[in-house]
Amino acid sequence: MASPAGTSPADNPTPSRASIAPRTLRTDRWWLQPLLTTLGLATFVVYATVRSFMRTDYWAAEHHYLTPFYSPCLSDSCVAGSSHFGTPIGELPAFIPLAFLSLPFLLGFRLTCYYYRKAYYRSIWMAPPACAVGEPHERYTGETRLPLILQNVHRYFFYVALVITLINTYDAILAFGGENGFGIGLGNVILLLNVVLLWCYTLSCHSCRHVTGGRLKHFSRNPVRYRIWTQVSKLNTRHMEFAWLTLGTLVLTDLYVWLVSSGAIADLRFIN
Amino acid sequence: MAYQAKLRVWRGDATSGELQDFEVEANEGEVVLDLIHRLQATQTPDLAVRWNCKAGKCGSCSAEVNGRPKLLCMTRMSTFDEDEVITVTPMRTFPVIRDLVTDVSYNYEKAREIPSFTPPEGLEPGEYRMQQVDVERSQEFRKCIECFLCQDTCHVIRDHEENKESFAGPRFLMRVAELEMHPLDDADRVEAVQSAHGLGFCNITKCCTEVCPEGIHITDNALIPMKERVADRRYDPIVWLGNKIFKRNGA
Ligand code: SF4
Ligand code: SF4
Ligand code: FES
Repeated sequence: MASPAGTSPADNPTPSRASIAPRTLRTDRWWLQPLLTTLGLATFVVYATVRSFMRTDYWAAEHHYLTPFYSPCLSDSCVAGSSHFGTPIGELPAFIPLAFLSLPFLLGFRLTCYYYRKAYYRSIWMAPPACAVGEPHERYTGETRLPLILQNVHRYFFYVALVITLINTYDAILAFGGENGFGIGLGNVILLLNVVLLWCYTLSCHSCRHVTGGRLKHFSRNPVRYRIWTQVSKLNTRHMEFAWLTLGTLVLTDLYVWLVSSGAIADLRFIN
Repeated sequence: MAYQAKLRVWRGDATSGELQDFEVEANEGEVVLDLIHRLQATQTPDLAVRWNCKAGKCGSCSAEVNGRPKLLCMTRMSTFDEDEVITVTPMRTFPVIRDLVTDVSYNYEKAREIPSFTPPEGLEPGEYRMQQVDVERSQEFRKCIECFLCQDTCHVIRDHEENKESFAGPRFLMRVAELEMHPLDDADRVEAVQSAHGLGFCNITKCCTEVCPEGIHITDNALIPMKERVADRRYDPIVWLGNKIFKRNGA
């Protein structure tokens, strides 16, 4: 029975939502973005997994290019020259990636990153697949309990990621000195570009924004931290962009080192 | 320039309802609300719609256009093709009263659950000089016009009615952030934002930000900073260990 106009909801015994059956009335291609996101993430995961276990062509000996997927290389299983920090660890069985010390943290950093969370919650877990599109789950508790409550450890991964980015930077600097001394090739440009973007991604992290200044109540009493916060905030608005750009440059860097070190292509040299 | 636009409007109440098709004249420069008004004036005098300012500032005319949460007065007809069917429905997340009008009292209940601004005790007017940089963050959140489109979109309650009890929704989590970032607010809000207002339900998928007609960066500037504060307090093992060892309470 339809209630007459002017009936207040209190008079209505069961206040309920408008009966609209379809899970969404959106007419645009709302499914495109989750689809592209899934494809993009899957491509990276497959590539990175394959490469991390390959154990070949990760060090271009002539030009001292080391791919970030094998840095730092700390075991006796590493090819000569690729261990920039010595080899304190003995031989590693084949099922352990040579960069076993950095990869889990890099994975953890990105898995708990506020942007990637949005990306995979939407596209893989479909909670929600797109805005105002019904999600397929019966119940939803978000990040209130295990395991998702663990997302709160993001800041620790951020600290470790800072150290790893420093290591990658060191690798990129060392790559300017190859077997024949100082030189610059296309590989150097790629390594450098990758490192610059890795810094942009790492420093634009929301946890970084919080610890550098976001947590303060009185900006005016902490002018230096306020300025740092302002800069980090500027980078932070582009965090998603850097998240995708660095996936691209990581693959590009690794692929280039792979091709050069396997001899498939020769490094394009600009100087020496 | 005038043409007959195809409108599909949800009509009904809490007991039943359906989408009904209409043809309504549309003129250059008009918005969806103009057509709803013309429909009311020419064909359906009893059509219920809530509105006030027609300038995107009162937050009354919230509804969904082609499935997307929108202010009817700010949705231009020029964004649709002339032969496109434009579906107008009430906000899905709230109980419907009639036609396009919903009962948004959930939001007022949630607003009341947040303790109001708490200045330091004994602070006299004029004793504190506010610096612009100190209030900037809270000011962004004050742009809110309380249209509740963000609340309507948020999947936590849109898709799960049962979560309404424990989740305040983006608009009110942002209200907590506004007070928390205020230099003169003394109340401890970090514990409550997680336990009482349900911040943990938010999975930062940013739909609130996407629909906000005021362009407030709700997720980046309010929700994530609050999540980080909660992490400071609750999930920072170093702080936790310190509290254990030194038997400190709070932080
Ligand atoms: S970001 Fe959080 S509060 Fe905003 S719509 Fe998504 S789940 Fe809801
Ligand atoms: S935050 Fe934006 S979307 Fe939410 S009620 Fe305020 S103005 Fe509306
Ligand atoms: S009528 Fe006021 S916001 Fe639309």
